Amino acid sequence: MSNKLIDIQDITKSYDGTIVLDKLNLYIRENEFLTLLGPSGCGKTTLLRILGGFETPDSGNIIFDGKNINQLPPNRRQLNTVFQKYALFSHMSIAENIAFGLKIKKKSKAYIQDKIRYALKLVNLEGYEERFADSLSGGQQQRIAIARAIVNEPKVLLLDEPLGALDLKLRQDMQYELIRLKNELGITFIYVTHDQEEALTMSDTIVVMNQGYIQQIGTPEDIYNEPQNAFVADFIGDSNILPATMVQDKVVKMLGSVWKCVDVGFGRGTPVDAVIRPEDIDLVKPEEGTIEGVVTHLIFKGVHYEMEVLANNYELLVHSTDMVPVGTEVGIKVDPFDIQIMKKPESEDEEAVGIEE
Amino acid sequence: MKSRKLLTGPYLFWSVSFVIIPLFMIVYYGLTDKEGGFTLLNLARITTPENLKALGLSLLLSLGSTLICLLLAYPLAMILAEKKVRQSSFIVLIFILPMWMNFLLRTLAWQNLLEKNGVLNNILHFFHLPSLTIINTPYAIILGMVYNFLPFMVLPIYNVLVKIDRDVIFAARDLGANTIQTFTKIIFPLSLPGIISGITMVFVPSLTTFVISDLLGGSKILLIGNVIEQEFKQGSNWNTGSGLSLVLMIFIIASMALIAKYDKDGEGNAF
Repeated sequence: MSNKLIDIQDITKSYDGTIVLDKLNLYIRENEFLTLLGPSGCGKTTLLRILGGFETPDSGNIIFDGKNINQLPPNRRQLNTVFQKYALFSHMSIAENIAFGLKIKKKSKAYIQDKIRYALKLVNLEGYEERFADSLSGGQQQRIAIARAIVNEPKVLLLDEPLGALDLKLRQDMQYELIRLKNELGITFIYVTHDQEEALTMSDTIVVMNQGYIQQIGTPEDIYNEPQNAFVADFIGDSNILPATMVQDKVVKMLGSVWKCVDVGFGRGTPVDAVIRPEDIDLVKPEEGTIEGVVTHLIFKGVHYEMEVLANNYELLVHSTDMVPVGTEVGIKVDPFDIQIMKKPESEDEEAVGIEE
Repeated sequence: MKSRKLLTGPYLFWSVSFVIIPLFMIVYYGLTDKEGGFTLLNLARITTPENLKALGLSLLLSLGSTLICLLLAYPLAMILAEKKVRQSSFIVLIFILPMWMNFLLRTLAWQNLLEKNGVLNNILHFFHLPSLTIINTPYAIILGMVYNFLPFMVLPIYNVLVKIDRDVIFAARDLGANTIQTFTKIIFPLSLPGIISGITMVFVPSLTTFVISDLLGGSKILLIGNVIEQEFKQGSNWNTGSGLSLVLMIFIIASMALIAKYDKDGEGNAF
């Protein structure tokens, strides 16, 4: 997990005058599972295609293993791609699909046979050699696409929303499968998705992107617990984003009351945004809370109840395993380390945007 | 469901009266002599030296023109498939446009162009170049076939090429194939259904034509189509004409079956 394998320097790309990536800088370490996460149109797929060699950046450099690969055609890059819609070769059997890259590299027949067997075993599809892609389910096709890529022993595997077309159960199974593959193969994964849950589950590092800019880079825990701006807070999971003012270090004023927090260095009287995750709000007896409120909505979600609590004219989203009936007057308590203070957005592209699902 | 079935009525009536009955009549005439007795002589007439020569020349010319059409059409279809939809539909339109003009008129125009004192030779004469004798040669017939049937080769190939997912081509490149390997291993095999239906749509009309050879080949060059035409019109010998037609049909069915063997997906079913 140490040295930089890919260094993306100042990559800019625009289509017909619309800027998709704007002077983007990012490095990817060896053996990392890095996820590019963002809403559609944020530039994540474009970045992946530039890495794969299917798009040329307008400016900037891609340094791979110390060498500039800007001009290198896709067939000479040491990485392989798993495409969103699998892109299997429909006129070839599964075995021929998997053997494609190896045959091009003129490997021996015995070697290719070994590899096909090994790859099919790895993706749990032994005995599918002679089948054709159109007789396989979406999940099976996806696994064949992965097998076809990894037999070439790439240094980096690029995955473009590979689980996007699968149903929930299969998607979760495949997530574990991918983590297992990554650990077994020890190669670097660059994964593109708009599904924040998928990103949190699998990644070592998450890169949150919006409108061609990187919003935050960090571990899943960092991204979830310490979102740096309202966009990240809103995109990753549910959150309450509240306008607030710093009274002093570790003290913030919001919802008409003064709260203890753990953030420092914003300066006295600075307007900020405060993020509180719905599961971090404790509903207590009215006299025990920092402020009071009334439960206005209640929905059963399976694992937890989702409630809306009206307090000081703000609707707070609360997740709890305990049910509180609508109309109950409650006290609201939040632990200091569960209040995350962020600077107010300075530019438009940092603002929280609606997420189309 | 019952009312749905009724909808096939007009088509059934059509195909019975104008396809099936005439076909049986051809078979009947082909297998009988003038007195109505059963005979295979009409079929055997194909073995006369003149008729064999006509059949051979027909096969040669239609194979030649099919091949030329393929060589012209494939690169064009590839270029079209690369273009954006608006650009390519314009070029496709240019290609189809001549097809909206009468087939005979177009062929007559070629006759005018290629004549001894025609437009082409006038231009050559103007530049003090030796004149060409193309009219009334097999070359003129091939030219006429290629000119008339080329769009039928371009369109089916174009149609399969645009349907190939760009990611499939990217995937081949990604797995290490260079542009030539991507073409030979991926693009070409995936476009086979289009090639096959293009070949069918050019080869069959080329093999049976008698108008093109009439107009551009003069009376000297007889194709099997001309022979059959003469049996019906000049010889008034329906029995021999039908017999030869049957033989030609067998040839077409055989060649289509041969092609279909290589068409696994069954997409190129033009017949």
